[in-house]
Amino acid sequence: MAETRIRLAGREIALDPSGAIYDHETGTLIVSDLHLEKASSYARRRVFLPPYDTAATLSALARLVMRRQPTRILCLGDSFHDGEGAARMDGADIARLAALMAGREFVWIAGNHDPHPPAGLGGDCCEEVTIGALTLRHEPSRHGKGERGPAGEVAGHLHPAAKVSGRGRSVRRRAFVTDGERLVMPSFGVLTGGLNVLDRAFLALFPLFGFTAFVVGENRLYPVAPASLRPD
Amino acid sequence: MAASLPTLRRMTAPVLMPAAADALLPERFRHWFAARGWSPRPHQLKLLSHARAGRSALLIAPTGAGKTLAGFLPSLVDLAEGGSTNKRADTFFGPHTLYVSPLKALAVDIQRNLQSPVAEMGLEISLETRTGDTPAHKRQRQKLHPPDILLTTPEQVALLLASRDAERFFKRLTTVIFDELHALTTSKRGDLLSLDLSRLRRLAPELQTVGLSATVAYPDDLRAWLMGQQSGRERQMAEIVVVPDGVKPHISILSSQERIPWQGHTARYALGDILAAIKAHRTTLVFVNTRWQAEMLFAELWRINEEALPIALHHGSLDRAQRRKVEAAMAAGTLRAVVATSTLDLGIDWGDVDLVIHVGAPKGASRLAQRIGRSNHRMDEPSQGLLVPANRFEVMECQAALEASAAGAQDTPKLRAGALDVLCQHILGMAVAAPFDAVELYEEIVSAESYRDLAWEDFEQALDFVATGGYALRSYERYAKIRKRKDGLWALSHPRLAQQYRLNLGTIVEAPMLKVRLASRKGAKDGKPGVLKPTGGPGGRILGQVEEYFIEQLVPGDTFQFAGQILRFEGIRENEALVTRAMSEDPAIPSYAGGKFPLSTYLAAGVRAMLADPESWEKLPAQVRDWLTIQREKSVLPPQDALLVETFPRADKFCMVAYPFEGRLAHQTLGMLLTRRLERARARPLGFVANDYALAVWGLRDLGHLFSAGKPSLDALFEEDMLGDDLETWLAESHLLKRSFRNCAIIAGLIERRHPGEEKSGRQVTISTDLIYDVLRSHEPDHILLKATRADAATGLLDIARLGEMLSRISGRIVHQRLSHVSPLAVPVMLEIGREPVFGEAQEDILAEASDDLVREAMGLEGQEAGFVAGRSTDIGSPDGLGRGRG
Repeated sequence: MAETRIRLAGREIALDPSGAIYDHETGTLIVSDLHLEKASSYARRRVFLPPYDTAATLSALARLVMRRQPTRILCLGDSFHDGEGAARMDGADIARLAALMAGREFVWIAGNHDPHPPAGLGGDCCEEVTIGALTLRHEPSRHGKGERGPAGEVAGHLHPAAKVSGRGRSVRRRAFVTDGERLVMPSFGVLTGGLNVLDRAFLALFPLFGFTAFVVGENRLYPVAPASLRPD
Repeated sequence: MAASLPTLRRMTAPVLMPAAADALLPERFRHWFAARGWSPRPHQLKLLSHARAGRSALLIAPTGAGKTLAGFLPSLVDLAEGGSTNKRADTFFGPHTLYVSPLKALAVDIQRNLQSPVAEMGLEISLETRTGDTPAHKRQRQKLHPPDILLTTPEQVALLLASRDAERFFKRLTTVIFDELHALTTSKRGDLLSLDLSRLRRLAPELQTVGLSATVAYPDDLRAWLMGQQSGRERQMAEIVVVPDGVKPHISILSSQERIPWQGHTARYALGDILAAIKAHRTTLVFVNTRWQAEMLFAELWRINEEALPIALHHGSLDRAQRRKVEAAMAAGTLRAVVATSTLDLGIDWGDVDLVIHVGAPKGASRLAQRIGRSNHRMDEPSQGLLVPANRFEVMECQAALEASAAGAQDTPKLRAGALDVLCQHILGMAVAAPFDAVELYEEIVSAESYRDLAWEDFEQALDFVATGGYALRSYERYAKIRKRKDGLWALSHPRLAQQYRLNLGTIVEAPMLKVRLASRKGAKDGKPGVLKPTGGPGGRILGQVEEYFIEQLVPGDTFQFAGQILRFEGIRENEALVTRAMSEDPAIPSYAGGKFPLSTYLAAGVRAMLADPESWEKLPAQVRDWLTIQREKSVLPPQDALLVETFPRADKFCMVAYPFEGRLAHQTLGMLLTRRLERARARPLGFVANDYALAVWGLRDLGHLFSAGKPSLDALFEEDMLGDDLETWLAESHLLKRSFRNCAIIAGLIERRHPGEEKSGRQVTISTDLIYDVLRSHEPDHILLKATRADAATGLLDIARLGEMLSRISGRIVHQRLSHVSPLAVPVMLEIGREPVFGEAQEDILAEASDDLVREAMGLEGQEAGFVAGRSTDIGSPDGLGRGRG
């Protein structure tokens, strides 16, 4: 696995091919939009998705933690698909999560799906976190038309995905989106879909689509310019 | 009325009234026939006598013989004799006869055609259609006051059954007529219909069935399909009535003065000949295999159509209004030719066609017979057919089809085993109708021929899936859709689920389509593009629809050919593709997914036999004969029961060409598996390409040398065990399988269909079935939906079943021919390299290429804020955790 180091608002961070950010200086691992208990959330509406998403997402996170051994983990919001998600977790998954949290700082940043901290799971809760020049929050902040957003903002929420075509086929993958000043992270949860980075929502953040998408590949990231991307 | 009744006219030749008719036909009917100088045909009377004796029957008649009146006669007679009035006294009432057709339009057509004789005989019989187009108030009224004869589609039958008053509605049903049964039973639609028939039979135990079918290879399958089966008992079969083929059709292969191309599917070389044939006949139907060919041929014919003969285009993607216009013009006899795809294969009367041209390979003997039968409706005159092969292999395929036709051979598929996803849908539907006992429902289901081998365990799994998703981790019990009540019956847990079921009913899952709308550029001047405005009022004219994936490949400014015009793609607005008219010499023509039939096993065997027998080459055109003769000199001919594999160097690479003749789908699967094995053997394969006849693989190492040295041997390379682990691994990534899974998930009801108007909700809201598939594969590989998906793959997109038969047939019989040059026979498939998408290339390569574009752009655009782009890559360890992170 090869990480890609970029400068964001002057600070060097590493983009991990798993869809996470690692800040070497502080040993902070950042993941966004885990959407734990998404399947059980759908089940309440009688749509029966495979009930293994929480276990699968936590296992992926465990592998990442094993590899990085961070001193701190930040979940950038929408960690649970809904407010009651934490209460629906089963024993095995609670144990998985506890193992991840043990011996390190763990921060839940509030998201729109989970505005309140998950009850009884431990960890710290807050609206946003600052690391040097970087501000981490769930939703990218809005700003006036044509203006650039605040420098150093790292957000999730939008689930960016990039689509690339070639040789008569197309590939759609999760992606980081950044213009060197602000960045939107891909979602980490296994059952989370993606929003095409050419969607209007990204235009509002990056005027004229002035960004690069770092597309998640098997073992590395592929930087791709918007001109080479396709809408859905 | 005779003019409006071509169907009847064909059915009733002026022969002497047989004595049997007196006994069978009521007076009113005899008079009606006699007044027109007609007489009932023997098969009509036979069918009638079976029906009157209470027996179900299958009527097999060649296309054009018109089977419909025969099918209805028993019901008309029974109703005329009071069948209806007697039962009307009953407090329960519903239709006497149900007619089920695969096409809405066919049901409407038949209703119109039957109306006249019913009126002329003064019969008090009501006939009504019920389709997706029937207004809600009429459907409601039909439930309370049903007609005697209800003409409908399989989906409507399922809807009627999944209703609380199904029992009342169908209790007095005496007869179900299935039209075009051969077409219905080859798909999941047929599976659902067979389940519905088993329910109808339970509601009306005395029910009789009538099947109407074209000639098929396995009529017993259809006879059994029409009957209720019982486990352990021998197969119950309906009676069979066969209308002998009329005069044998006159089919010939075009003998052109032009050079027959090595490969391709355009048949451009024969345009002049095709136009000449059209000129020489009154009305010609020109059949092609794909919509792409239809668009191409239509445009090319008009390019040389100097006399401006009225030639029209007809295929399934065109706007419905446009299609109806062409059909009406055809029926009115104002067209000289229609270029069409298989949308015209079924039903509906097509006026006086005196020639059918088939461009491209026929792909199957029965398919060809049904298409050629479209010409000359009178049974005593031969149909005229002209085959136009598009390349040299197709010449042989056409010859094999011609011989099959002369021998009356059929190669329609065997009856399919009922699909599990359809079963899931049906179980929910039955719960919508009424609470059920699981054992009783199981017994009812296995009485359907398609499901007679369904294991109880599979049924239980399906039941469990419907209730709570069918997962080993039983976490959804409290949200169950159906629950077992205290009385032991399974019942719907919430009435809202009934509505959900109705919205998701059906087995046809379309590839996502985009409407194609014509727009114009307003205010464009000085080369500046203006504002894009849809033309023709607020909407702009809709030309038809194309698959979303095709549009996705286009960049605004690309041109393509559609609906007989050259169009420029302007962009996507909501769920429509906006286009403008364009002038372009070289449009990128849509390559639609639909309509790629693989070569039938029967015709493949015919081609293999022909190749192996040089004496049979006399029948082939001289240029094809020469081609084969040179092949024999330069290499060898593919032996009939063995597999020929040629290896040769080409440019700076090495190629291998195999000739299995098993159809493109099976070859693609084979190519995928072979390249995997070659990769493992370090032969460094680069890619492969497949057509219906052959498969070419190329790589960086000398494959001929490797095979000769046994590294690996060809026997090991083609070992049947490739269908084990290799297949499993590949399936994990196959996008084809993911597409199948999506269809199964929708049919089974795991996720809901997208309905019109909901498209805007955005991708992040819709659940991606690809993600579900991945999670399911790693956590529950035996889940019922994965079983259903694998079953689809075996027969459908991957044709694994056929590949398996081939591998076992050629095991130990591989002929390796090492050559210094490409052989004549290898040329067609080698020419496809670069034209067809090359398979076996990892998705990662596509990403890497797009990424390279960026690097080039970044290098060229200095001063942009792209400095961070060429980010340094650092190794951070392998995924299993042995990296720097641990240190």
